[in-house]
Amino acid sequence: MTTAEPVIEIAGLTTRFGQNVIHENINLTVLKGEVLALVGGSGSGKTTLLRQMLGLITPAQGSVKVFGATHYDCGHEKERELRTRSGVLFQQGALFSALTVFDNIALPMRELRILSETMVRDLVMLKLGMVGVEAQHVHKMPSELSGGMIKRVALARALALDPELLFLDEPTAGLDPALSESFVELIRSLREELALTIVMVTHDLDTLVAISDRVVVLANRSIVALGPIPDIIANGRHPFIKDFFGGARGRNALRIFQQL
Amino acid sequence: MPSDLPVDHNPRHQLITTEAGNSCLQLTGSYTLVSLNPSLPAVARELAQLASQPGLYWDLTNIHQLDYAGAVMLWQIWGEQRPDHLLLRPEQEQMFQRLEKVVSLPEPTQRKWFLPVSLLGQQLLRFFDHLAGMISLSGQIVLDIVYLMTHPSRIPVREISANLYRTGAQALGITAIVGFLIGIVLSYLSSEQLHMLGADIYIVNILGMSIIRELGPMLAAILVAGRSGSAMTAQLGVMRVTEELDALTVMGIPHSLRLVLSKIIGLSLALPLIVLWTSSVALLGGLLAADLQVGLSIRYAVTTLPDAVPIANLWLGLGKGVVCGMAIALIACHFGLRIKPNTESLGEGTTNSVVTSITAVIIIDAIFAVAFSSIGIRVAG
Ligand SMILES: Nc1ncnc2c1ncn2[C@@H]1O[C@H](COP(=O)(O)OP(=O)(O)O)[C@@H](O)[C@H]1O
Ligand SMILES: [Mg+2]
Repeated sequence: MTTAEPVIEIAGLTTRFGQNVIHENINLTVLKGEVLALVGGSGSGKTTLLRQMLGLITPAQGSVKVFGATHYDCGHEKERELRTRSGVLFQQGALFSALTVFDNIALPMRELRILSETMVRDLVMLKLGMVGVEAQHVHKMPSELSGGMIKRVALARALALDPELLFLDEPTAGLDPALSESFVELIRSLREELALTIVMVTHDLDTLVAISDRVVVLANRSIVALGPIPDIIANGRHPFIKDFFGGARGRNALRIFQQL
Repeated sequence: MPSDLPVDHNPRHQLITTEAGNSCLQLTGSYTLVSLNPSLPAVARELAQLASQPGLYWDLTNIHQLDYAGAVMLWQIWGEQRPDHLLLRPEQEQMFQRLEKVVSLPEPTQRKWFLPVSLLGQQLLRFFDHLAGMISLSGQIVLDIVYLMTHPSRIPVREISANLYRTGAQALGITAIVGFLIGIVLSYLSSEQLHMLGADIYIVNILGMSIIRELGPMLAAILVAGRSGSAMTAQLGVMRVTEELDALTVMGIPHSLRLVLSKIIGLSLALPLIVLWTSSVALLGGLLAADLQVGLSIRYAVTTLPDAVPIANLWLGLGKGVVCGMAIALIACHFGLRIKPNTESLGEGTTNSVVTSITAVIIIDAIFAVAFSSIGIRVAG
């Protein structure tokens, strides 16, 4: 990470739902090529922060810049370019239930209107191969897939346009430990192969330890800690950090650092 | 092309001759989806023309950035195989190795045949399937009613009352407006004609018979079929999509009893009341219009109404309301429970439900007309 140019810049961000203030004056920069994890208690505003970065919510104050542009006032062309350069894996997959697996992944490619149908076909099969979905599943509907398979197909759709930036909302929530481990492994190998920048929300310490470079801890409407996991454990004062990393599960997952 | 990208991000190529005398196509700049948008088809055409040269060397080592979209473009230009002479960087090598391993798209297993005969057969089978489903649902409802007779404490009173409110009370406004306007139009058109014959006072007979026996019940039933039928189907459908129906089942709450029966009872109570309401408002509109048009006093009209229209017509109208209410709710629930867990099925089910229940309402009306043709109508002579 020597050429660390910023991909996402958040400055002075405040989010409000009615009277309810979720974030207050948040400043955060995501650097090219890193994996940044958002953690925090339930309801601390992780998903909301992710939705801010996706441009699904407009901030009450402050700005969120992705690739140097803001989602909500950058014009049609720029907006399309931003969407082409980033991919999202939603927590429940958000596959289109009326489309087959193939059509789900082909949809964003066809939407560009520059790829021929044979190119789309090759690209879809390539992406499905990358995430380890066998060819026998391509004509199935999302309701015929298992939970782990839905996640994989949704990841293939997120990767459909060769994004540089990938957002993951709870990528391993709802998967059994073996599946979740293989999913984390998959994300890690894709990251190396495709030189991805990843922003992810997770509750899962194993996932966190396995793939994140830096961690952002959200609590009390703001960022209470930011940095690599060992730094956070060494310097974190907030009670949430002690509970999260200090519990039995935390110690278990963190043994890897003691071995280093 | 986004103007703020540095110049070297554009996809470029140049044909050079190497020292050995071979022609070599050097690709530079970026071959990514972003840099190729929207010029991809043009670039592909240009490269394909150059690719037809025999013995051409391809040099990809100077490409700034290559992604899979660019790689697949080149791959297809090469006819899905590596050209004889190809220079790659290691990471590009990895990409093309992946491309070589891509499996082809398998054929869909079941082919869809759209021959007219098989289409007709399918429609017929689907019709019988729906008929059988509807009959078994009605059977289930009868069993539920028998069960409730022996266990009166299990009657879903709250749900029935909620349905009464939603399908009845909340429909009063729309049925009143439509009924009132139809009454005015009918009265306006027929009073003109009767006036020419000097038979003004028969407007009461015409309005009374047509509205109470026919128009009031039909208007109310069709409006309710569109309004409440679609809502019921969509509600059950969404509950299927979100697995709420399964949650009810595992709690030991049978949805035929709690959801379907309460809707059928609720609507078969609500619709006759709405019929009464729609007929009254339509009559009121008609008589008001007659008063303004030909000066027929409302007081006179109301006193002659019982003589002009036998009371049997009112019972017929209310009877239609009960039967149509049951039919609409039954059809709506049948289609709602059949919705598959995807959005398209939800839309299709709701449409089918409304179309079927409006058709059913009209068929029921026809059956009533034939079966009770001798009741409530005075024959001259
Ligand atoms: N659309 C919304 N309208 C109102 N409040 C919301 C909305 N979305 C989220 N919130 C509130 O914002 C807070 C943070 O939510 P969220 O970002 O989902 O938390 P989490 O960190 O668990 O993902 C919660 O208190 C939630 O109630
Ligand atoms: Mg969340």
